[in-house]
Amino acid sequence: MSLHSQSGAQRGTRGAPPAATGAAAGRAAGEAAGRGGATVGRLAALVALAVLLGAPFLLYPVFLMKVLCFALFACAFNLLIGFGGLLSFGHAAFFGSAAYVTAHVVKEWGLPPELGILLGTAAAAVLGLAFGAIAIRRQGIYFAMITLALSQMVFFLALQLPFTHGEDGIQAVPRGTLFGLFNLNDPLAMYYTVLAVFLIGFAIIWRTVHSPFGQVLKAIRENEPRAISLGYRTDRYKLLAFVLSATLTGLAGGTKAIVFQLATLTDVTWQMSGEVVLMTLLGGMGTLFGPVVGAGLVVALENYLAATSLPVPVVIGVIFVVCVLLFRRGIAGEVLARMGQQKAK
Amino acid sequence: MMATIFGIPPQALFGQLLLGLINGSFYALLSLGLAVIFGMLNVINFAHGALYMMGAFVSWLLLTQLGIGYWWALLLAPLIVGLFGVILEKTLLSRLYQLDHLYGLLLTFGLALIVEGAFRHQYGVSGQPYPIPEMLRGGQNLGFMFLPNYRGWVVVASLVVCLGTWLAIEKTKLGAYLRAATENPVLVQAFGINVPRMVTLTYAFGVALAGLAGVLAAPIYQVSPLMGSNLIIVVFAVVVIGGMGSILGAVLTGYGLGLLEGLTKVFYPEASNIVVFVIMAVVLMIKPAGLFGRER
Repeated sequence: MSLHSQSGAQRGTRGAPPAATGAAAGRAAGEAAGRGGATVGRLAALVALAVLLGAPFLLYPVFLMKVLCFALFACAFNLLIGFGGLLSFGHAAFFGSAAYVTAHVVKEWGLPPELGILLGTAAAAVLGLAFGAIAIRRQGIYFAMITLALSQMVFFLALQLPFTHGEDGIQAVPRGTLFGLFNLNDPLAMYYTVLAVFLIGFAIIWRTVHSPFGQVLKAIRENEPRAISLGYRTDRYKLLAFVLSATLTGLAGGTKAIVFQLATLTDVTWQMSGEVVLMTLLGGMGTLFGPVVGAGLVVALENYLAATSLPVPVVIGVIFVVCVLLFRRGIAGEVLARMGQQKAK
Repeated sequence: MMATIFGIPPQALFGQLLLGLINGSFYALLSLGLAVIFGMLNVINFAHGALYMMGAFVSWLLLTQLGIGYWWALLLAPLIVGLFGVILEKTLLSRLYQLDHLYGLLLTFGLALIVEGAFRHQYGVSGQPYPIPEMLRGGQNLGFMFLPNYRGWVVVASLVVCLGTWLAIEKTKLGAYLRAATENPVLVQAFGINVPRMVTLTYAFGVALAGLAGVLAAPIYQVSPLMGSNLIIVVFAVVVIGGMGSILGAVLTGYGLGLLEGLTKVFYPEASNIVVFVIMAVVLMIKPAGLFGRER
């Protein structure tokens, strides 16, 4: 049984008008809004793109780049939970190890940034294949615990292996010159590079979700035994989704290492895994834009909290509890549901 | 007396094995609590590590603020943690039983962050020492090794608690109700048993076990806000290895993995941190339901 089908059922009983029947109502309403609002959606995407292009002239570029890296991270994570119904509590392992590999090859081997990010992403993909093959043997809560335990193993390896430099991490990673053309020490060049990486990652996720593969994934999320009886080898689909999610997480992690010129233990902790869960939960699981919104909010919140004396984990924990108890659809999910209700009226 | 065993002096070997047995005692107590809670509530209690830490802190606060010693703390701290558990279950967890189990995990994750963050904010990250009680100081020379009394006590105490819990669940009437309610809560409620209250008390009992483990741990490890979070992830791996089907399975796996970890510290110390996770991966490849688990 998946997380999403349950929340769908919840949605149906709470939000749907009386005429609609059963659990599917809320979901159907949401999807109708998605289809009916295709032009609106396209317009919104264009506006969002314009905002992203102009943003570095209004806001601090480093902040924006952090948001974009985490937004890609959260979108990649959401591909697994939101569309595959698999809650991974260990995605920091992919994020962090990609950051380490990118930082290492760029700093020690002197590779250009594009190759560094590529190798970091590849490392995350290999790790994702190994972890995925183990973790998909169990479902639900066990899946979460297994991914958490495996990522903790990566944490201890990062603490002990010589090339990660233990507590210090890999510092002063040179940003270098992209394709030998763009000097990434220029904040604007760096920003547009990160934006391009984010858009590529987001496009891959969008394409995946709207492909036949994505449809099968959703079918597995809703009812796995039925998908099996229809002849789908669900384990393969789940493994592929896991590897894809890990790979895109690695893309985010490698890019982050170049932007902040740093790869540290923080990137592989379970707290980091928890943070990306929160971003996705807050923004809206199973929506395309939700994780982006969630990442922006959480990064902004942490920036704000850093200047106060409030303990960050407590605030994060409270948001977690509030989201789970009162706000399971997240921001984007809530907006979509409201739009769906208006359409229905 | 033998000079060495596989090139390791016996003092070092038995010393590490004892340490492994101590760690195993805590794994067993915590995974026992997790298994009891999971059986009844279908919730994996992520806050278990934080509540273990809370148990240790409560006993430390009882000692330093009120002058209440170890033996009273052994009774009071689990009660206080258990009471906290009652509040958590009544106000928060009970709202989630109709939903997917993963929401319980997410909620208790948030709770763990809150509890740990609050203690960290208040007391910092450095550990606080807790003295070993008068009665259990010193140690025994067993000929092949030196056994500190307190460590012996921890092993015996956790064994007694684990066996007692197992007997209570398997052999008593209350335990029979509990097992019945785990299988079919609706039917048991129809027989006039107050199942919601039983659920609350089960959660309280599970977290009280974590609190008790915290008190036992206080004189061995330092009392620190971070003592629970790293432990709980290892315990999760223990639970995955053992499978949550049986109480006895959780206990045995806990002790076994503690010993194995101790052995790894002797023969290949670099791997001692990750050995449990490696074993978990291997078990999942061979027997996905866990050593004592049933596929549901």
